[in-house]
Amino acid sequence: MPVAVEKIITRNWGRKNSWTLEAYKAAGGYKALEKALGLTPAQVIDEVKKSNLRGRGGAGFPTGMKWSFIPKDNPKPKYLTVNADESEPGTFKDRYILEYDPHMLLEGIAIAAFAIGAHTAYVYLRGEFRFQTQRLQGAVEEAYRAGIFGRRMLGRDFALDCYLVRGAGAYICGEETGMLESLEGKKGWPRLKPPFPAVVGLFGAPTVVNNVETLASLPAILDKGGDWFARLGPEKSGGTRMVCLSGSVNRPGVYEVMLSTTVRELIESEHFGQGMPPGRKVKAVIPGGSSAPVLAAGEIDVALEFEALKVKENMAGSGGVIVMDDATCVVRCLWRVSRFYAEESCGQCTPCREGTPWLTRVLRKIEEGRGEPGDIEVLLNVAQSIAPFPPIGLGHTICALGDAAALPVLSFVVKFRSEFEEHIRLGKCPFGDRPWGHYGAMTA
Amino acid sequence: MASPFLTAEEQRVFDDQLAEILSHYPADRKSAAMLPTLHLLQSMKGWLPPDGMELVAQRLETHPERVYEVATFYVMFHTKKPGKFVVDVCTNLSCSLWGAEDLLAYLEGKLGVRAGESNATWTLREAECLASCGTAPCLQINEVHHENLRSRAAVDAVFAKLAAAP
Repeated sequence: MPVAVEKIITRNWGRKNSWTLEAYKAAGGYKALEKALGLTPAQVIDEVKKSNLRGRGGAGFPTGMKWSFIPKDNPKPKYLTVNADESEPGTFKDRYILEYDPHMLLEGIAIAAFAIGAHTAYVYLRGEFRFQTQRLQGAVEEAYRAGIFGRRMLGRDFALDCYLVRGAGAYICGEETGMLESLEGKKGWPRLKPPFPAVVGLFGAPTVVNNVETLASLPAILDKGGDWFARLGPEKSGGTRMVCLSGSVNRPGVYEVMLSTTVRELIESEHFGQGMPPGRKVKAVIPGGSSAPVLAAGEIDVALEFEALKVKENMAGSGGVIVMDDATCVVRCLWRVSRFYAEESCGQCTPCREGTPWLTRVLRKIEEGRGEPGDIEVLLNVAQSIAPFPPIGLGHTICALGDAAALPVLSFVVKFRSEFEEHIRLGKCPFGDRPWGHYGAMTA
Repeated sequence: MASPFLTAEEQRVFDDQLAEILSHYPADRKSAAMLPTLHLLQSMKGWLPPDGMELVAQRLETHPERVYEVATFYVMFHTKKPGKFVVDVCTNLSCSLWGAEDLLAYLEGKLGVRAGESNATWTLREAECLASCGTAPCLQINEVHHENLRSRAAVDAVFAKLAAAP
């Protein structure tokens, strides 16, 4: 079992006051930035391209390539925007990076801003991260005082200002263009692409949008080299990965893993999930946040890696792995997931705005024992009308929230059809008043 | 513009902090400061009263309709006065797999208010994933996070501290 993890993101966690500049510098922090500032921006971008770093927010787009889309001849200012709107159900990694090692993110921000020539960086944190925002703000103030941010970065002729912006409770603002709209002070309605943010982004100017974990990976890449980072992973994907394990396992938590680690190893390893609760087996696993299709118990010998999951018509997404045991009602689970998308649909595109509550109503009807023959076909039809399955790029909506709402429905129904049929046949939920599995009831 | 819902002192604090916020944005993009400004106002008043939104529109040189549009889009902004304590309980998948439905039902009984409703003291709401899935279930009370609420005793301890707070 590949448990010998090269620690990159989590290497300082557990150190005393790991979130302070003093502790970060004592552990070698900001040396990578010194190194980067000795290179040209083009050399920094090349190093990141070599590293095969892929975006950790969900889509897995190669980071160096994304940066290289920033036009060189555009007279407008360039912006770096940081997506810390971690809202994908089952995902809680960026939160801990912000809590335990905010300077690793800030060093990554400084490196990225230098590489793309941005003099302003905005970090967009979800509004519910009040504590994390305070902690990051403290780190930003330390970085200004230490001459990292401000007019002359570490004494060089490069200025960078870094501002924090709190969201206010809208999942859609984790979508990159929804986030840009929100940063511009509007409701988070995603934009039609193209043009992509690299060309027309924040305030109409060239903009890079990067996830927290993505940026936090940069110091190690500059420090140890892109080739070193690339060698840690498979062919098209460098580095380690933060995965968030939750649901019915003995030890939920966030773990840094090698990309060869499989879903089964994550659940069973003594270093990670430490297995299923007593007497329980895996029934279903969502491998990449609730927007990813579900895996049945027989499908979990798959690596938690972009390409490996793509081959299985699935997605590594944001690294949120949610485990459901064999005492759990999958109809109930899917109903709750669907309610989320109905609640968070921004209302811009008709298939998503109308389709997501429709799915929720039909699922509720089945779970509450009022299901009728034909309901399963309605679920499949409505989901297919939002986004076709298997996915062929974006479905029938401006942003991927439509796909995110449809894919779980299609995969749950296809893989667990007999359980949906059983609900309809019995006229009730076969799990009665205990639908949530082994740990699903509150104790005294 | 006079704003009777803010005292002179509050008005001064508001304008001071707003000046700092506006310095983060291009001079011709004042309305980009919408979310930080609404957070500021809400932190002072506990909600966003209509004349507060008027003030924001005036300061950010935009229309009150735009302010209202943003304020109603985001669930953390209160355009109606909430209870003294806003309790947001995550019932998304990972939390429900650790008892969040029971937690919500327990709070409905304990606080005497149904989910989605308010009284003078409590606003109880279901929330979407709060990035606490490994420490589920969780809730926030006036934006302060509490997690690992796996027993009634753990919940009671959180609310006991609240009652003891000044």
